[in-house]
Amino acid sequence: MSAPQPSVKTMTGGEMVIRCLEREGVEYVYGYSGGAAMPIFDALVDSKIKLVLVRHEQGATHMADGYARSSGRPGVVLVTSGPGATNCVTGLLTALMDSVPMIVLTGQTITSMLGKDAFQEADVTGITYPVVKHSYLVKNAADIPRVMKEAFHIATTGRPGPVLIDLPKDITQGPCSAPFVDQVSIPGYKIPGRADMAGVKQAAAYLSKARKPVLYVGHGAVMSGAGEAILRLAEKMGAPIVNTLLGKGACREDHPLHLGMLGMHGTAYANKAVDGCDLIMAIGARWDDRITGKLSEFCKDAIKLHIDVDRAEFSKIVKPHVSMLGDAKLVIEDLLPLVTKADTADWVKEVGAWRKAFPLKYPKKGGLRAQYVLDRLDKLGGRDCIITTDVGQHQMWAAQFCLTTKNRHWLSSGGAGTMGFGFPSAIGAAMANPGKKAWCVVGDGGFQMTLCELATAMLQKVDVKILVINNSYLGMIRQWQELFFDNRLSGADLEGNPDFVKLAEAYGMKAWRVKRTGDVDKVLKKAMEHKGPCLVEAEVVKEDNVFPMIPAGAALSGMIIEKPKTKMEKPTGST
Amino acid sequence: MTAAAPATPAALAATALHTISLLVRNKPGVLVRVALVFSRRGFNIESLVVSPAFDAEIDGYKSAPGEFSRMTITCSGDPENLEQIVKQIEKLIDVVHAVDHTGQAAIECEIALLKIKVSLKDRTEILQIAENYKAKVVDYGQNSLIARCAGESDKLDAFIALLKPYGISELVRSGKILMARGLAAT
Repeated sequence: MSAPQPSVKTMTGGEMVIRCLEREGVEYVYGYSGGAAMPIFDALVDSKIKLVLVRHEQGATHMADGYARSSGRPGVVLVTSGPGATNCVTGLLTALMDSVPMIVLTGQTITSMLGKDAFQEADVTGITYPVVKHSYLVKNAADIPRVMKEAFHIATTGRPGPVLIDLPKDITQGPCSAPFVDQVSIPGYKIPGRADMAGVKQAAAYLSKARKPVLYVGHGAVMSGAGEAILRLAEKMGAPIVNTLLGKGACREDHPLHLGMLGMHGTAYANKAVDGCDLIMAIGARWDDRITGKLSEFCKDAIKLHIDVDRAEFSKIVKPHVSMLGDAKLVIEDLLPLVTKADTADWVKEVGAWRKAFPLKYPKKGGLRAQYVLDRLDKLGGRDCIITTDVGQHQMWAAQFCLTTKNRHWLSSGGAGTMGFGFPSAIGAAMANPGKKAWCVVGDGGFQMTLCELATAMLQKVDVKILVINNSYLGMIRQWQELFFDNRLSGADLEGNPDFVKLAEAYGMKAWRVKRTGDVDKVLKKAMEHKGPCLVEAEVVKEDNVFPMIPAGAALSGMIIEKPKTKMEKPTGST
Repeated sequence: MTAAAPATPAALAATALHTISLLVRNKPGVLVRVALVFSRRGFNIESLVVSPAFDAEIDGYKSAPGEFSRMTITCSGDPENLEQIVKQIEKLIDVVHAVDHTGQAAIECEIALLKIKVSLKDRTEILQIAENYKAKVVDYGQNSLIARCAGESDKLDAFIALLKPYGISELVRSGKILMARGLAAT
C-alpha cells in the first residue's frame, strides 16, 4: 500500500482571479484594499505579480491607464466595494473616452446581501454601465476563469476599453475548481482587421486625385502602430500630416510634412491646412468637437475619408465619402500600393508658407513663461522621455512645444479631460517602461487632485519627473473668463496653494523651484540627471493665454492668433 | 370623430415610429445596457418586448436553451439619431445583432386587452365591433367585458378608437413584435 496522497488544496476564487491575471502576463496590479476585496489581496501574497499600493483609487485607475497607453498592454486595478469602486468611475470614464485597455476588479458584498444595503455595498455594475466597454458581476465561482479570459479579450481587441469585474466576497473566499479557459466565444463580437477592398480602392482613387490632401491622425493610429505606414503614404502622396492631441507620436512630429496638432489650440498652419484642403482622411480619429469647430463649416467642400476600427464612428459626426472599417495600420498598408503620386507640390509649398508666416509664438518678456519652460524641456531631452500631462493651459502648451517623435510617448486625457490624470499616469508609464524617464507636466490645479500619489512614486522609486507649471490659477478657466466673460473671474484663483517644493520634500522627494528664465536649463538638467522621482516647480507668469485659439463652436477660419482688441462673443460650442 | 380629439400617445408616435429587433444574451443587465443607449440620447422607448429566442446556432456558436433572448423595441425619433443608436446597441458585448426594420417588409403583431364598462343597451354594438375586428371576448361580467384583439398596431389603434366612446376602463397592450419576411434575419 502506498502512503495516502496529500489532498490537493482547492483554490479559492480569489486565488483563481490572481492565477488568471498571471496567465495574462500581468506584472502590476494597482490597488487599494478593503473588506470585500481581502480574499483577492490575500492571494496576491503568493503571486509574482507586484501590488502597487496607491493612496486613492482614482490614482490606481490613472496609473493602470498610463501603463496601458504607454505599453499597449492592459492595466489592472484592484479595489474594494462601495466607495473603493465609486472612486474608480472617473478613471473608467477617462479610459473609455480615450479607448484604453484596462481591467478593474472590484470587491463586492457577499451574494446573499446584494441589494440589501450591506456595509460598503454599492450597485457597482449599475453605476458604471455608461463608463465601461463591458462589465461582469460574478455570482458563481466556476465562472471566474471564463470571465477573466473574456474580460482581457474584450478590453484589448477591436476598439479597446475598460472592463469591470465585480467580485462578491463569498465568491472570492469560497472554492473554485473550474479549469482555466483559453478560448473565448462571444457571438456577435467582431474584431475588424483588414477593411473591405471596395472601399479601399475607392479611397485610393480619391487620394490619387487630391491636389490639397491632409492626413488627420488620431489615437487609433497610435494604438494600431500605423505611424510608419502613414509616413510612407504621406511621402508617396506629398500630403501634410496633422494629429489630434492623442494622435501625437503616431507619426514623428519633426517630419517635414508634419504640421503638429490641429484643433482648438492647434498650430495655425495645421488649422489653415485643414481649412483649405480638398481632401481629409481621418485615421483612427473621431472628428471631435475640439477638432471640427462649427461642423457646418468644417472642410465644407473637401472629400472626407474615414478609417476606424469602430463602425459607430462613421457618420456619428461627419458623413464620410468613404468609410473603411478596420485596423488603421492594415488599412493604410492596403491603400499604399493603390495610391499614385498626386500633384501636390503647390499645396506643400502653400502650407510651408503658412508654417513660416504663422509660427507658434509667445511673449518673451514679463517673467517666466510656461511656453519657454516646455520648449526647453523639449530641447533638453524631453523627446526621448515619455511625457504625460494634466488638463488645461499647460497641456495645450506642452502639446504645442514638446514635439512627440516616438509612438506611445505622449499621454494625455483627451476625451474626458480629466484633471488629476497627469501625475499618476506618469507613474504607470514609468513602470511599464523601465529605463525610460516619464515627465509629467501638470498645472497647480490638477496636480493637487491626485498629489497623494507622491507617496506611491517614492515607494516605487519610479523615474518620474514632475513639472508643476504654477500660475496660481486655473489658467484655462481664467483665460475664458478674460476673453468671453469680461474678465469676471469666478472660481479661477487658486489662492491657498501649498509650497510645492516643501510638499515634495515632506514625502522625501527632491525638489527645485525655478522663477527666472535664466535658471530653467540648469534646473531641468538637474531633474533630468536625478535618479528616481523628483519635482520641479516653475513659477510662471500668472496671466498668460494659449494661442492660437478657435473659440468653441466657431469655424476654423475664426481662429485667433493673439488676444483680440475687441470683446468676443461667448462661445456656443460644447464647453 | 371630431377634429379636436386629442391625439393619443400611440397616434403621435405613429408619425415617426421605428422598430428595432435585437438578439441578445439572456443575462442580467442586458436590458439596462440597451435602455441606456436610448436614454443617453433622449430617446423614448414606446414599447419593448423581451422573450426567449429559439436555440439556434449563431455564427457557428451552439447556444444552450435559454441562452439568448429577442428584444423588439419600438421608438420614435429622427432617423439619423436612430442610425447611431442601432450602431451603439450593436457595439454592446451582450448584443449579438441589432436590425432596424423601419420601412422593411416585415410581419408585425401586437395584442391588446381592453376592459370596457358596458351597459345592457351597448352590449350588442360592442360585440358587433369586436366581431368585425376578430376580437375575442375573454371575460363577460355583469357590467363589464374584456376584449382581446390581435393584429397590426394600426388595427389595434382603430379598434380602441371605436370602443372609446363606450368607456374603456383599462387598456393593456403587449407591444409590437416583428419578424422579417422570407429568409432575411430579424
